Amino acid sequence: MSEVVVKAPQGHIEVKNFSLSYDSIEGPVEAVTDTQIHVKPGEFVSIVGPSGCGKSTLLNAVAGFLKPTTGIVTVDGEKVNGPSAERGMVFQQYSLFPWKTVRENVEFGLKMRGMPRSQRERAARTLLGLAGLEAFEKHYPEKLSGGMKQRVGIVRALATGPKVLLLDEPFGALDAQTRVIMQQILTNMWQRLKISVLFVTHDIDEAIFLSDRVYCMTARPGSIKAEIPIPLERPRQQSMMMSSEFLGLRRGLMSLIREESIKAMGGELNDMGMQGLNIELHGHSLADVI
Amino acid sequence: MPASTPPASPPSFSTLTLRWYRLNRGGLRATAIGIISLLAFLLVWHLLTTYRVVFFVRFTNVPSPLAVYASFTKAIHDPKFLLHVLLSCRRIFFGFSLAAIVAVPLGLIMGRFKVVHEIIFPVAEVLRPIPAIAWVPMAIMLWPTNEQSIVYITFLGSFFPILVNTLHGMSLVDPVLVRAAQCLGARERSIFRDVYFPASLPHIFTGLTVGMGVAWVSLIAAEMISGQYGIGYFTWEAYSLVQYADIALGMIAIGVLGLGSSMLIRGAGQLVMPWRLK
Ligand SMILES: Nc1ncnc2c1ncn2[C@@H]1O[C@H](COP(=O)(O)OP(=O)(O)OP(=O)(O)O)[C@@H](O)[C@H]1O
Ligand SMILES: [Mg+2]
Repeated sequence: MSEVVVKAPQGHIEVKNFSLSYDSIEGPVEAVTDTQIHVKPGEFVSIVGPSGCGKSTLLNAVAGFLKPTTGIVTVDGEKVNGPSAERGMVFQQYSLFPWKTVRENVEFGLKMRGMPRSQRERAARTLLGLAGLEAFEKHYPEKLSGGMKQRVGIVRALATGPKVLLLDEPFGALDAQTRVIMQQILTNMWQRLKISVLFVTHDIDEAIFLSDRVYCMTARPGSIKAEIPIPLERPRQQSMMMSSEFLGLRRGLMSLIREESIKAMGGELNDMGMQGLNIELHGHSLADVI
Repeated sequence: MPASTPPASPPSFSTLTLRWYRLNRGGLRATAIGIISLLAFLLVWHLLTTYRVVFFVRFTNVPSPLAVYASFTKAIHDPKFLLHVLLSCRRIFFGFSLAAIVAVPLGLIMGRFKVVHEIIFPVAEVLRPIPAIAWVPMAIMLWPTNEQSIVYITFLGSFFPILVNTLHGMSLVDPVLVRAAQCLGARERSIFRDVYFPASLPHIFTGLTVGMGVAWVSLIAAEMISGQYGIGYFTWEAYSLVQYADIALGMIAIGVLGLGSSMLIRGAGQLVMPWRLK
């Protein structure tokens, strides 16, 4: 642990007056509109919202892969102008380099920074140890389970000591048991490193369990529908998920999301010619039925 | 996930043999069947030639396996035969290496920079369908020596398969890996070296294997038309000199050399892509 430098808290993300449109044949597609979010230094913030509402778009703009159509993204007051090692990212798809061993993957960012070989080997070993992966340092990613791949992905993103960590549904492809373990591991690492985290998910339990604050997005074009603080105390235990406090938060978020999901699906159902089924798509009546 | 605990005592020799057998059963079976089918091929060849079968195809003048073996034992002590083989190998080496040295970097650069692709691709597409053998007259005009024009033909034969496969590999590079590298602070140069290049390697090696095959095809054709040496020339000369056993010997030598060179490439591929080992 002594090898991993704990930096002074920083990594203040601010997204102001943000909107982003994709160009397409039928004209611009507005994916995200009129959005303001922020993440305070050391804070764990989640974004939830129905499928296709623009969560990935927003996260990719913070990472620097996409330019906002209007508005601005800053980290510690500096405008985001492209991807950088200051903002680590974990993707929904497995994104380890197949031609590098687990340790070489973790070392990659350090190598880019010009750290000498022996030093980065030691740093990578320490970090892998923290994630319980030291036995697999010489394995190629292909041989790892999905959960291990994402764990290595997180370790790799953290190795360079970024100011913020961005995660786009990193556990989406994992089974329920593995997810729970991964959530614990992520929480542990976050608490040790005191890093700001922006986490995209559509799993409400996951968002509540992990976060200090949750943003709920509307259906496309996405904007922030609600901001919900999560006052559950830390460290959090799996058993808390049964507490009335947790369940209350869950119920609230659930109904917010459900409204938006139905709005998002409404268009599709109409497109499919299902309006003849006489389903009331925009009121709460269907929400109660489903 | 748990690391396997070491066994209490080392397994005995017989258990190890049994385990080895179980793990390699499939491979052993394939080898056994392979040997049997090769022997059957030789037997059929032997029967067809000793009884001089004529049934649409005429085996009257076709040499028997034993005759070919006899000419083989003579040939391996004949410095002239060895020179033929050596010269063919040298032509393949120069032609193929040049093609790889030019086509792989060109494919990588074309795959990465759109402008280069837009400039070079149309020319490549026009030249590509022309078989290397069709270049023989042109090659003889272009190059001062016969040797150079044969190497040039070999080069052309392997160039396009390597280029096309490298381009294909570049087009399939997973964008998420590029993004991951960018997020870790990689600049253009290291993205090229650490992402695009290794990601394309499997396809590059497919290109090299195919290119090697076409290199031999082109070489043999060029040697038959315009050579004075080389295993292709040897085979053609054997026909003119009515040395029927040598025709088959030449053909088999070409087959063995082609097989050996593609095995070399496969071996090289396994060396540079250890992550692909099963
Ligand atoms: N390159 C693109 N061109 C046009 N439209 C796009 C493009 N990328 C995304 N979109 C559209 O923008 C909207 C937002 O996409 P985005 O991927 O950000 O959604 P998401 O909330 O991450 O969805 P999911 O939960 O399915 O991951 C979607 O409706 C999508 O169809
Ligand atoms: Mg997404």
